[in-house]
Amino acid sequence: MTTTQPQTEAPTPPGAPRGRAPLTWRQRLGRWDVKLSPYLYISPFWIVFALVGLFPIVYTAVISFQDWDLVRNTGTFTGFDNFAFVLQDREFWLSLRNTFSIFVLSSLPQIIVATFIAAMLDKNIRAKTFWRMGVLLPYVVAPVAVALIFSNMFGDKYGLINSLLNDLGLDSIRWHVDVIPSHFAIATMVNFRWTGYNALILLAAMQAIPRDLYEAAAIDGAGTMRRFFSVTLPQIRPTMIFVIITSTIGGLQIFDEPRMYDTNGRGGSNHQWETITLYLYNMGWGEFNFGRAAAVAWILFLIIVAFGLLNFAVTRRFIASDTAAKPKKPKKVTK
Amino acid sequence: MSLSRRKTTLGFAAGAATLAIALAGCGSSSEPESSDSAAAGGSMDEPVTLTLATFNQFGYSADSEGGADYAYDLIAEYQELHPNVTIVYNVADTSNTARENFFTKLGPGGLADVEAIEVDWLPEAMQYSDLLADLTNPELDGNWLQWKVDAATDADGRLIGYGTDIGPESICYNVDAIEAAGMDASRDAMSAAIDGDWDNFFDLAKQYSDATGKGFYEENAAVLQAMIGQLEAPYEDPATDEIIALDNPEVKDIYDTLTAASDAGLSAGLQQWGDDWAAGMANGDFAAMPCPSWMLGVIEGNAPDGNWDIANAFPNGGGNWGGSYLTVPAGGENVEAAAELAAWLTAPEQQAKAFENVGAFPSSEEAAASDAVTSYTRAFFNDAPAGEIYSERAAAVTVAPYKGPHYFEVNDAMVNALRRVDEGTMSAEESWKQFESDVNAIG
Repeated sequence: MTTTQPQTEAPTPPGAPRGRAPLTWRQRLGRWDVKLSPYLYISPFWIVFALVGLFPIVYTAVISFQDWDLVRNTGTFTGFDNFAFVLQDREFWLSLRNTFSIFVLSSLPQIIVATFIAAMLDKNIRAKTFWRMGVLLPYVVAPVAVALIFSNMFGDKYGLINSLLNDLGLDSIRWHVDVIPSHFAIATMVNFRWTGYNALILLAAMQAIPRDLYEAAAIDGAGTMRRFFSVTLPQIRPTMIFVIITSTIGGLQIFDEPRMYDTNGRGGSNHQWETITLYLYNMGWGEFNFGRAAAVAWILFLIIVAFGLLNFAVTRRFIASDTAAKPKKPKKVTK
Repeated sequence: MSLSRRKTTLGFAAGAATLAIALAGCGSSSEPESSDSAAAGGSMDEPVTLTLATFNQFGYSADSEGGADYAYDLIAEYQELHPNVTIVYNVADTSNTARENFFTKLGPGGLADVEAIEVDWLPEAMQYSDLLADLTNPELDGNWLQWKVDAATDADGRLIGYGTDIGPESICYNVDAIEAAGMDASRDAMSAAIDGDWDNFFDLAKQYSDATGKGFYEENAAVLQAMIGQLEAPYEDPATDEIIALDNPEVKDIYDTLTAASDAGLSAGLQQWGDDWAAGMANGDFAAMPCPSWMLGVIEGNAPDGNWDIANAFPNGGGNWGGSYLTVPAGGENVEAAAELAAWLTAPEQQAKAFENVGAFPSSEEAAASDAVTSYTRAFFNDAPAGEIYSERAAAVTVAPYKGPHYFEVNDAMVNALRRVDEGTMSAEESWKQFESDVNAIG
């Protein structure tokens, strides 16, 4: 842009210093246009984010240091008391355990199955669109409706699954009493809803893989499995990281499913399936202790950030180790 | 909250015409004059728009509440009586939605002129009674049962809400199940058998369980609700709001009684409102349940082929479960006119009409004694004279337990403690220890 400047079109005031002729209004506008417009165009997002994202986060931090009265909108400063209480609360650690347990039981199988489904949908099958839309269907169902359907299946006494087990001569599973079964049931609801969604995202990534890579691999004698692990997985790595990060964030924030899992929505008589978000909600709206709830929110925020970063690092290293590892090897050799 | 009627959704509401009665001498006849003398609020001349917010079905207007056909439209009626008043009526889908909205806006403002609240969150609202208009009005004395009024009167003697409906409790029982145990299942016999103290009730339960090997009642938490509801101050000291649940021998007694009952198999251990509970009701997994007036519809819905009846008795006298109030936020623009509307809607005459509309049992003795209520029978329950039974049950209630700011937290902890024993995840002693540490963490 600097090249155009010397040839000033607009009249320069006589006696203006040489070398750097002052810019005309139009020129300045033009300059600003180039320099500032991109920021202007992305500003709506950032303004909205500042209002509904950043401000609440900061405000929550302020509240978390106070004994907060939601109704009167006032509080007294209590320092780290809220955090100390939460970190010493047995319920908090139980809910943390539950959150991670449900997260592992949902995200892990979910991503594996989603990748498999995506790989299958990527093949030449008949009625492609039908199958692709089909896997997305559960996503369209509202979580509350999902919970209603599944609570019918996971009833302790009259549930579908236990009836089947009894018919087979097996004991009933106490879905609402024992810890792991309750986590399994909730993870099933989550998986039901999100597997298809993730599969479609991964499918989109797979479709973008150049077909000649597969052809070349096939000519080199790579079988189906080999092609999947050495071509498909490395190629969808960025998308895979995206899917893993989003499902981590989502998984750590599971709320609807455990809340709808029984009719009290408090996570069980012994906090068997109370997740952190449920703990947060109960703390706020159940006990009206918004200072502590804000502290929980911040702790959860930090956990998610830490876990997201960890995940990012791990996935970068392990997924598609082929492409990631190869450039390193020659370096080592040269040493 | 566990026992709250989050799921039940019957709103109980009712209006009350006392204003009209007190002022005009006889209800419906002479309206126009009444407004001036009454609360002096929305006088005839100035047009005023009032907003009214309730939840579920209070029985005020079928249009807004999405109910079937109501016999009366109280909103339209009030507007006819007060041509200057326009009512905007909003109905939240659940009590929980209404609760969050209420407390979010109570401080900063933005609530309706008249806001309905449920007894489940009345204790929380009482913490902010200064933000609600004092509705004390000597002319309205006697419009509501005394315990209903007491519960909504704060320490300074300010009345923050007019009672709409209540949930007087009886015992509903499964006729076939009782007969299967070889007991006399006629209404009179069961009423006589239940009439007595709690020991008597548990003896009856034992008799049934011994004969059938099944639990007599649904779960301990349901009975807890009834037993705690008969104590003056179960969990908190009314003077200081200090939590006394752990030191209150009555609470420990109830806990011991219930856990012993659990060990004896008297509780079916089906958590209220759960799918198993609903199925258990239809399948005869338990024979009897504490049964507030609004529970009739729940039983009918869950066990449509069942053979149920209502005993005109409740252990240890009476009990109440549920009910609502109409409040007037003090920050509103039309406080006086709003108070007048709330008073009219909760006056005996309107309460009776709301009962006819949706079965909201009136908190007014006068309305409970009206023909509309007393003549009410319920075909599903072998034509039981439900109106008469519940009028008597309401009159038998003498105590409204003190519920301070931590009432529901403590109660939740107690419910969980009982459920742990019912489920067998902990012994009674272990579970009580857990209850102790849960309660100590509150505050």
